Amino acid sequence: MCDHDLMIFSVHVEVRLRPGIADPQGATIERAVPTLGFAGVRDVRVGKSIRFEIDAADEATARSEAEDLCRRFLTNPVIEDAVIEIAAGVSS
Amino acid sequence: MSRRVGVVVFPGSNCEHDVVEAMRVVGADAELLWHGDATVAGVDAVVVPGGFAHGDYLRPGAIARFSPVMGAVAQFAADGGPVVGICNGFQVLTEAGLLPGALQKNAGLKFLCAPAQLRVETTDSVLTRAATKGSVLEVPINHFEGNYTCDPETLARLRDEDRVVLRYVDNPNGSVDDIAGVCNEGRNVVGLMPHPERAISELLGSTDGLPLLRSILA
Repeated sequence: MCDHDLMIFSVHVEVRLRPGIADPQGATIERAVPTLGFAGVRDVRVGKSIRFEIDAADEATARSEAEDLCRRFLTNPVIEDAVIEIAAGVSS
Repeated sequence: MSRRVGVVVFPGSNCEHDVVEAMRVVGADAELLWHGDATVAGVDAVVVPGGFAHGDYLRPGAIARFSPVMGAVAQFAADGGPVVGICNGFQVLTEAGLLPGALQKNAGLKFLCAPAQLRVETTDSVLTRAATKGSVLEVPINHFEGNYTCDPETLARLRDEDRVVLRYVDNPNGSVDDIAGVCNEGRNVVGLMPHPERAISELLGSTDGLPLLRSILA
């Protein structure tokens, strides 16, 4: 395949701690919120936001590569989940 | 008897000199192994020490596992060589897939730095073969992400195969099943959160780390 067949896709990965995994940052934020007068804020969870671009032939390929990258590096599947958003880009 | 011990140094490691000194106290010829060199230099045992390898960026141990030395450590472990990961080193070994499970943030949401009582659950591992089963050792802990977790199937296997090497007497961090240290199937790779290298002299408050460190050489 030639380069001009590739597209650029913008990828946004949200890394979330899995349910039940300790989240001290989220717990600390949740404890601080009422002092500002916000009532009813709960279930605060802090994650990570990772953005990158990926060259791929189509969106399915880009998504497959992003999922593989998340599974093998960007998350630890024992304690974290990834939510992947992909925006189609332009021909490179 | 194993005599040459290699202590892996990543950018951000900070316990490597303590481990070298402690291994010398128990009779080893200890040396540092730079993470950028893809070799364990023919040593007889490898220790991955504590600290903040690669700044703990992304996750503790997540970047360290890509360091060139880790391929050599994995091969050394596959060949049956003794490999012990202490604290951040334990996190590195789980991220590298040499040990099961993961270390999450402490359940009490606090960084913990205190003596901990550990019970030796098996002497069938490279970290406990010179220790006494059922004995209780006082060894310091010093961590934020020391809360061991794994899926229920993995936990069942660890129990069934007698691979929980050390348990906390009073669980300080929420670790599942009070686990302080585990080993691999071959029993030659062990990870633990407590720091045996900090319990090698009465001046440090405990000498209970010595039987663990001697085990590495046994």
